[in-house]
Amino acid sequence: MAKKPVQFRLNGSEKAVFVDEGQNLLDVLRRGVGDLTPKYGCGQGTCGTCTVLIDGEPHLSCLTLAETIDGRQVSTTAGLARGSELHPLQAAFMDGFAAQCGYCTPGMLMAASALLERNPDPSREDIVEAISGNICRCTGYEPIINAILAAAKAGGARRYG
Amino acid sequence: MPVKVETYDRVEEAARALSASRSARFLGGGTLVMRAVNAGDQSFDTIIRLRDPDFRTIRMQGDGLVIGAGVTMAALVANRDAVFLAPVARVIGGPAIRNMATVGGNLFASGNYGDLAVALLALGATVQLAGSGSRSMPIDEFLRDRDRHATSLVQSVTVPRPRDPATFRFTKVSRVKPKGVSLMSIAALLPQSGGRVQGARVAYGAMGPMPLRAIAVERALEGQALDAAAIDRAAALAVEGIAPPTDALASSWYRAEVAGVHLKRLLAGERR
Ligand SMILES: Cc1cc2nc3c(=O)[nH]c(=O)nc-3n(C[C@H](O)[C@H](O)[C@H](O)COP(=O)(O)OP(=O)(O)OC[C@H]3O[C@@H](n4cnc5c(N)ncnc54)[C@H](O)[C@@H]3O)c2cc1C
Ligand code: FES
Ligand code: FES
Repeated sequence: MAKKPVQFRLNGSEKAVFVDEGQNLLDVLRRGVGDLTPKYGCGQGTCGTCTVLIDGEPHLSCLTLAETIDGRQVSTTAGLARGSELHPLQAAFMDGFAAQCGYCTPGMLMAASALLERNPDPSREDIVEAISGNICRCTGYEPIINAILAAAKAGGARRYG
Repeated sequence: MPVKVETYDRVEEAARALSASRSARFLGGGTLVMRAVNAGDQSFDTIIRLRDPDFRTIRMQGDGLVIGAGVTMAALVANRDAVFLAPVARVIGGPAIRNMATVGGNLFASGNYGDLAVALLALGATVQLAGSGSRSMPIDEFLRDRDRHATSLVQSVTVPRPRDPATFRFTKVSRVKPKGVSLMSIAALLPQSGGRVQGARVAYGAMGPMPLRAIAVERALEGQALDAAAIDRAAALAVEGIAPPTDALASSWYRAEVAGVHLKRLLAGERR
């Protein structure tokens, strides 16, 4: 089967890869470029752990045809920390025990970072809505919502832009 | 993943490629197509992609809004001319789904999906098909033969904008909020003239194999003042001529029992 060349920016650095026809973005990120932060949960769009930002907006990488991201910007959890300094969202998730098994965490972080970028001072309802496409089977969501509120207070949005 | 991807820059080319093959699927936002690819669906071997920017635009045309089939739910929510559709687009999936899911794809979504198609049906939209057989048809007709249109490319949907936005109402009944899928959705257009309903259109989602109109309800409302007695009479006919399906969310019996209740609330303008 023919491979197709695709160029995109991943967390600010240029990537050039060959993708299979029909291959999804999640697979390309994990196997093609070795970014293991987006997780494979369902491959059906229902769990949200594969959420990445494409041009700043949350998308499900498992349902994104890889070749459609040619020329676009992709952000994943791997791009959140600056060196050893955690992103305020990551710090708040740690401090607030917002990750138990951690499987949902990368998707939650990306959904939350897109929210804070757009709305640095979100209400609880805004947060619930923003993470509504992300399933967590461990925490009961409360610690996650509280962590996002705490990160917003700590200036979580300032790290972008 | 034995699928081939063909990319086109022009609508006509994509339409031709799609109509030439029984085993090709058009890629809208891909929320259902890629799901099928991931699940190893063997019923298609080719994906047709269109890069035409015009396919993703929304423009006014007289009293109507022409919405490109490639417009996403998020773009619809953000569009000022489409405010009457925002309450519908906003409850489709979660934020990531809304950034991907298109208007065109929603017309083909089956089962518990297709909330926007239900709204478009109540609003009396028309569907424009591209390609050599380029034509426009009422959405009722389009949905009735939806499977037959699987090899046609939908280019746009034209929606008459309700003169008074309060005459258009939509409700989505789901088990989980936010983001749960529809156990049923109901859309109603209730234009009034001299205090009486004139030209009512009421549509259901997840109450049959495709979005469908509640003809008995429409008839009961026609020419009536929208008062408690008329609403009760209409609600009593909620599932007249309709055989609701049984699925993972609800049984046919349950749907038939609650349809009138949800319809009544919608007609009375009650918010839940
Ligand atoms: C987690 C999840 C939650 C969802 N929640 C909802 C919900 O709440 N409400 C709801 O209505 N839907 C929901 N959906 C279903 C789906 O996302 C939407 O119906 C969406 O609008 C489908 O559009 P798409 O562009 O992604 O379709 P695609 O997957 O791209 O296409 C779907 C079908 O339509 C055909 N098609 C697409 N565009 C065209 C065109 N222009 N011309 C001809 N054929 C075309 C495709 O070939 C395919 O057969 C959900 C899906 C997921 C995965
Ligand atoms: S893996 Fe993409 S939504 Fe579950
Ligand atoms: S921490 Fe386990 S799924 Fe969320």
